[in-house]
Amino acid sequence: MKGYNFGYLDEQTKRMIRRAILKAVAIPGHQVPFGSREMPLPYGWGTGGIQVTASVLGPGDTLKVIDQGADDTTNAVSIRRFFARTAGVRTTTHTEEASVIQTRHRIPERQLREDQILVYQVPQPEPLSRLEPSQAETKRLHALADYGLMQVKLYEDIARLGQVSISYDYPVMVNHRYLMSPSPIPAFDNPKMHGMPALQLFGAGREKRIYAIPPYTDVRSLDFDDHPFRATRAPHACGLCGATDSYLDEVVTDDRGGRLFVCSDTDYCASRRETTQAAAQ
Amino acid sequence: MNEPTLVSARGVSLAFGAIRALRDVELDLWPGEVLAIVGESGSGKTTLLNVVSGRLRPDDGAVWYRDPQGVLHDVHAMPDPALRRLHRSDWGFVHQNPRENLRMGVTAGGNVGERLMAQGARHYGDIRAAAIDWLEQVEIDPARIDDFPRTFSGGMLQRLQIARTLVTHPRLVFMDEPTGGLDVSVQARLLDLIRTLVARLRIAVMLVTHDIAVARLLAHRIVVMQGGRVVETGLTDQVLDDPQHAYTQLLVSSVLQA
Ligand SMILES: Nc1ncnc2c1ncn2[C@@H]1O[C@H](COP(=O)(O)OP(=O)(O)OP(=O)(O)O)[C@@H](O)[C@H]1O
Ligand SMILES: [Mg+2]
Repeated sequence: MKGYNFGYLDEQTKRMIRRAILKAVAIPGHQVPFGSREMPLPYGWGTGGIQVTASVLGPGDTLKVIDQGADDTTNAVSIRRFFARTAGVRTTTHTEEASVIQTRHRIPERQLREDQILVYQVPQPEPLSRLEPSQAETKRLHALADYGLMQVKLYEDIARLGQVSISYDYPVMVNHRYLMSPSPIPAFDNPKMHGMPALQLFGAGREKRIYAIPPYTDVRSLDFDDHPFRATRAPHACGLCGATDSYLDEVVTDDRGGRLFVCSDTDYCASRRETTQAAAQ
Repeated sequence: MNEPTLVSARGVSLAFGAIRALRDVELDLWPGEVLAIVGESGSGKTTLLNVVSGRLRPDDGAVWYRDPQGVLHDVHAMPDPALRRLHRSDWGFVHQNPRENLRMGVTAGGNVGERLMAQGARHYGDIRAAAIDWLEQVEIDPARIDDFPRTFSGGMLQRLQIARTLVTHPRLVFMDEPTGGLDVSVQARLLDLIRTLVARLRIAVMLVTHDIAVARLLAHRIVVMQGGRVVETGLTDQVLDDPQHAYTQLLVSSVLQA
């Protein structure tokens, strides 16, 4: 596409973002401020993730974009199209073919590799924001690794509700040091972050923060010894591919209240169905 | 006393513009000792408490704290993380207004358990057991463990604050008018409770009060302040029964008249 630099952002901006990324990789889980640029998309459409993706993308890359696990939602389609036009990179819906995956709200079911980068879109990077409104204070709490307050929130859940009530954006400790928001992925996905071979980058456009989990980093969901973290999913098999290990969405199938549980990771579901079909033939 | 001091202030001065809130204050506190700071309003009691606890930096002088290993620390030269760690482990603070210290949106049990969790406690059952134990120690019905502080009376809030502070067995607790603003009958019960707890746990207390009766009941020793200076110091009974300084005599006699 004419009139734009490769990946839309100018090279100087990309260099600035790459410096922030390098810093973030060097201090796993620590939020690094960056000079977020105006993007031709509204906040909430993943402008932080898009800027990170634009800065790590090269001409040889293959990009996959998912939203809630699906490649075909408006948000995913428009971001994919955006980079196909501004960077001319190959795009794919297949997890194993992608070298860069930008995501909102999910981690692909298929195990990622060392040669892949997972870029998360982050609406609120500060895991303590709901407990401590002052940014100066949350900064200090991170500096001192003073996370008793977050543990109190978990205590309160168990005391009042019998269990931790956080099902999305479940806070994690990264590399035994920084408390981190994994973005609004389901708690089910949290264990996938632990020791992941792929580089994980997180971009928050409105809040102007970048953070990272380098490959093979220790990532633990907060819990109590006697109330260990558990990754829960709907107790069903996928209505399309029969998977019992994937995260499921409940979809309405007709106007008479018909419902079906299906894989939220559409590529995972499709590839499982192809495999079964191939085996049947 | 031959035992080494827990806290010592030497030549501490602090001015707020033209107001000389502290003037060349010297003070010692021994382990397990309750020291009352008395004096009229504006005499510098709260300012002294804040300087000794590291919350305010003096213009002159120094405050020394001896840690459990016997190492002396210049409180105002400590890096912020170390001072904060001290405040959430070895030290505690009891405010006049419990709402300043308690988390009003967190249950009684969560309030008591927070310092344990901040120190790394990660066993829910143990934290809860400690919270129940401490609610009992401050005479709050353990059945209230999952209730919010806003449903508590003023006296209960103050007792909850004490439980929240003492749960980690601090060696030194700073208290600023802990019974101020409470009914007389509620005050008496609270004072009794504080006296029993600090004696049993051998906690050193630096207690600010303008109430001579409170000092008499709780304190081993007394420091009398006037206009930012320490004008008299000594064993509580000696100072109150046989005050040497004219200002102390005035303070004591005004109580007798009341
Ligand atoms: N932050 C401040 N800025 C300016 N002046 C202050 C400040 N804090 C205290 N002062 C002044 O310093 C003096 C000592 O105040 P301080 O609060 O220590 O007195 P106090 O003995 O605790 O009195 P009270 O019994 O009323 O609580 C007073 O004249 C007060 O007005
Ligand atoms: Mg005061």
